[in-house]
Amino acid sequence: MIRTEELTFDYERLDEEGNIESKKRAVDHVNLHIRPGKFIAILGHNGSGKSTLAKHINAILTPTEGTLWVDGMDTKDDGKLWSIRQDAGMVFQNPDNQIIGTVVEEDVGFGPENLGVPTDEIWTRVEESLSAVGMLKYRHHSPNKLSGGQKQRVAIAGVMAMHPRCIVLDEPTAMLDPNGRKSVIRTAQKLNREEGITIILITHYMEEVVEADHIFVMDSGKVVMEGSPREVFSQVEELKRLRLDVPQATLLAFELRKRGIALPNGILNNEELVDELCQLKSKM
Amino acid sequence: MIRDITLGQYYPARSVIHQLDPRVKLVTTMIFIVSLFVAKGVTGYAIATVFLITVIRMSKVPFRFMTKGLKAILMILMLTVVFNLFLIDGDYELWRFGFLRITDKGLKTAVFMAVRLVYLILGSSIMTLTTTPNDLTDGLERLLGPFKKIHVPVHEIAMMMSIALRFIPILLEETDKIMKAQIARGADFETGNLIQKAKAMVPLLVPLFISAFRRANDLAMAMEARCYHGGDGRTKMKPLHYERRDRIAYAVVWSYLLLMIGAGWAASFYGIMLL
Amino acid sequence: MSIKIKDVNYIYAEGTAYEIHALKDVNLEIPDGQFVGLIGHTGSGKSTLVQHLNGLIRATGGRIYYDDRDIYGENFSMKELRSQVGLVFQYPEHQLFEVDVLTDVCFGPKNLGYTREEAEQKAREALRMVGLGEEYEKRSPFELSGGQKRRVAIAGVLAMEPRVLILDEPTAGLDPRGRDEILDQIELLQKERGITVVLVSHSMEDVARYVDRIIVMNHGEVRFDGTPREVFRHYRELEEIGLAAPQMTYLMQGLKEKGADVDTDATTIEEAADAIVHWLKNGQE
Repeated sequence: MIRTEELTFDYERLDEEGNIESKKRAVDHVNLHIRPGKFIAILGHNGSGKSTLAKHINAILTPTEGTLWVDGMDTKDDGKLWSIRQDAGMVFQNPDNQIIGTVVEEDVGFGPENLGVPTDEIWTRVEESLSAVGMLKYRHHSPNKLSGGQKQRVAIAGVMAMHPRCIVLDEPTAMLDPNGRKSVIRTAQKLNREEGITIILITHYMEEVVEADHIFVMDSGKVVMEGSPREVFSQVEELKRLRLDVPQATLLAFELRKRGIALPNGILNNEELVDELCQLKSKM
Repeated sequence: MIRDITLGQYYPARSVIHQLDPRVKLVTTMIFIVSLFVAKGVTGYAIATVFLITVIRMSKVPFRFMTKGLKAILMILMLTVVFNLFLIDGDYELWRFGFLRITDKGLKTAVFMAVRLVYLILGSSIMTLTTTPNDLTDGLERLLGPFKKIHVPVHEIAMMMSIALRFIPILLEETDKIMKAQIARGADFETGNLIQKAKAMVPLLVPLFISAFRRANDLAMAMEARCYHGGDGRTKMKPLHYERRDRIAYAVVWSYLLLMIGAGWAASFYGIMLL
Repeated sequence: MSIKIKDVNYIYAEGTAYEIHALKDVNLEIPDGQFVGLIGHTGSGKSTLVQHLNGLIRATGGRIYYDDRDIYGENFSMKELRSQVGLVFQYPEHQLFEVDVLTDVCFGPKNLGYTREEAEQKAREALRMVGLGEEYEKRSPFELSGGQKRRVAIAGVLAMEPRVLILDEPTAGLDPRGRDEILDQIELLQKERGITVVLVSHSMEDVARYVDRIIVMNHGEVRFDGTPREVFRHYRELEEIGLAAPQMTYLMQGLKEKGADVDTDATTIEEAADAIVHWLKNGQE
């Protein structure tokens, strides 16, 4: 689905004459391979390069060095630009700044309109996408009157209506309250499971990625850790060093191990921890 | 709360006027305005009045919503009346006090000007009250379509209008928020002379501009990500179609204009300008 | 310097179709030096409440006493109240506007009538309080990282030397370390300088970890008011009003359901670890 080879990107700062004043490497020789239908999470602190990487998948940015392929299409190939953007949709952080329409259904229709989809089919797609994210009953509402979580779901529907194979969500929950966060993550999980859409979720809320298939952890533009949630979250101290966190249950297990309680590594949620503790207790 | 302010003050109701194609309403408003300028004498204004009242009744919008627009131009209205009343020279002097004098012609012009202005506002209010901002921009884009041939960026203009409509409430809310934040830091937006007040706006305007640019940047990116590349090759989710009622409306409106021109011509030909 | 809120009501757009009863008979007392957490779902009235505390919104009914003086009284200066009760809004970095960090932080004290030198001295002190050194003073606030901008904005309020600091979701959008740094910094201010802190937050974990007392708002009313342990005991009721308890509460409840005799009141990682160690060791004896 998505493959990168030595992907590198420099932000250039130009002086008044247009010469390059300084360069900042945001993505540094990243090699990754994401298979279709997976739920992928990219973690990293603010400024670690994860958003810059995300913008490459949608060809908003093109690599300074190296290559990124979306379904075999090189993002540097201008002729493939619209196919790439249709294939790999993107949802951004600020819900207010990505909704274009003044009515929910018109916003969802914006992408298909741009693709030149015939009118009748636009309507079918709008209805399908809005029901997939559970927002069909709000179709005639003004986006300004929706909650943050609802707006993000409308934004997801807007991408869905373009019939992508992959959706990149760039910190979609950073500006939401806990309920909004849950609704957005559940929607992403549902689209992944039911529609088989590849999800790439960028976030720094650890609880959101516990169920991911694979996690990449980024720091100063590099992928510094990757693996299943269990593998990644078993490295509590390393994650802390990277300005990140681990799920609460993992953290408690880590604390208990420090106090000499023989718990296994890589506990991800409350249920697992409760079971382990009860087993321990019964053996005593 | 500030988000409740909707631009263009659309009044939702189910009426024939609401259902008309926005292009019909735009053209009608234009024709109505033109008709006010070709109107001559009482007959002309009487026809315009009948037309206006009929449309208002058909629109099912309460009359008090119409008059809201009038409040805004009250000052201009009064100035127009005063200038015409005192400055136009006529044949008969009706009233005199020192250098101030009112003549027959002055009075007539003042009255007609006032009526013309009020009708102008009422006429355009009906359009904005019965048409959603979206339909208006859509209608405008289609009507101005022919200008694309002479490289007028019609699609871009319409797109800008609809984005502005979406972001005005958001920016209003943001203004409110930044203002409160600066007041919490001891800023004073109320007291002081004009220069002090202007200076006090800096802490409000700088953050507001920065925010507007950031939003514009984000939005441009979001639009590109959804394959936006201008008006070429775009299809419409809600294309505009003329229906039977729209054709009837056009017929009525053009007949109205002919009637007005006819009335004006007859008035000057037979000299039956009643005043 | 306590704050007393007596029978405060706030009705927005009274008598119109948009009428909203945003606060209903709120009675609270916040004593000096307390670290208070204010929670409630979006639209519960918590933001409206905190804006009352520094006079940005005027109650439509009831009284607010700051230091036993009625803030709606005739001789009460709102400007003075705003210098005493500092309010840091959500995403406060959006209010930055000056050319450099120091000048921006000076804005508050200058508005209070301090001279340039005095204002700068207060600004420097405030910047140190949020952990920003001298090297940041002359930099443009717009060049800084998100977390640094936020600190500058918080310093902008601290420079007014408030006795009460209200923060509306100060950690929104920050990464985990950024969040911990800001909250640790605030805790330090509360402990060392005796500043009263009101923290509006959506994170139950943060609230459980830092505050002495939790006030829960729902539909404009105070629903619960007590220590974290007391309040989170009502986790089922909290869920009914769209909130939740910290993960630790659920973990301890999960253990109890499996028959473990543990202290279910634990709300933080440390408390939970203590309780679990205690329970495991008890069995051995």
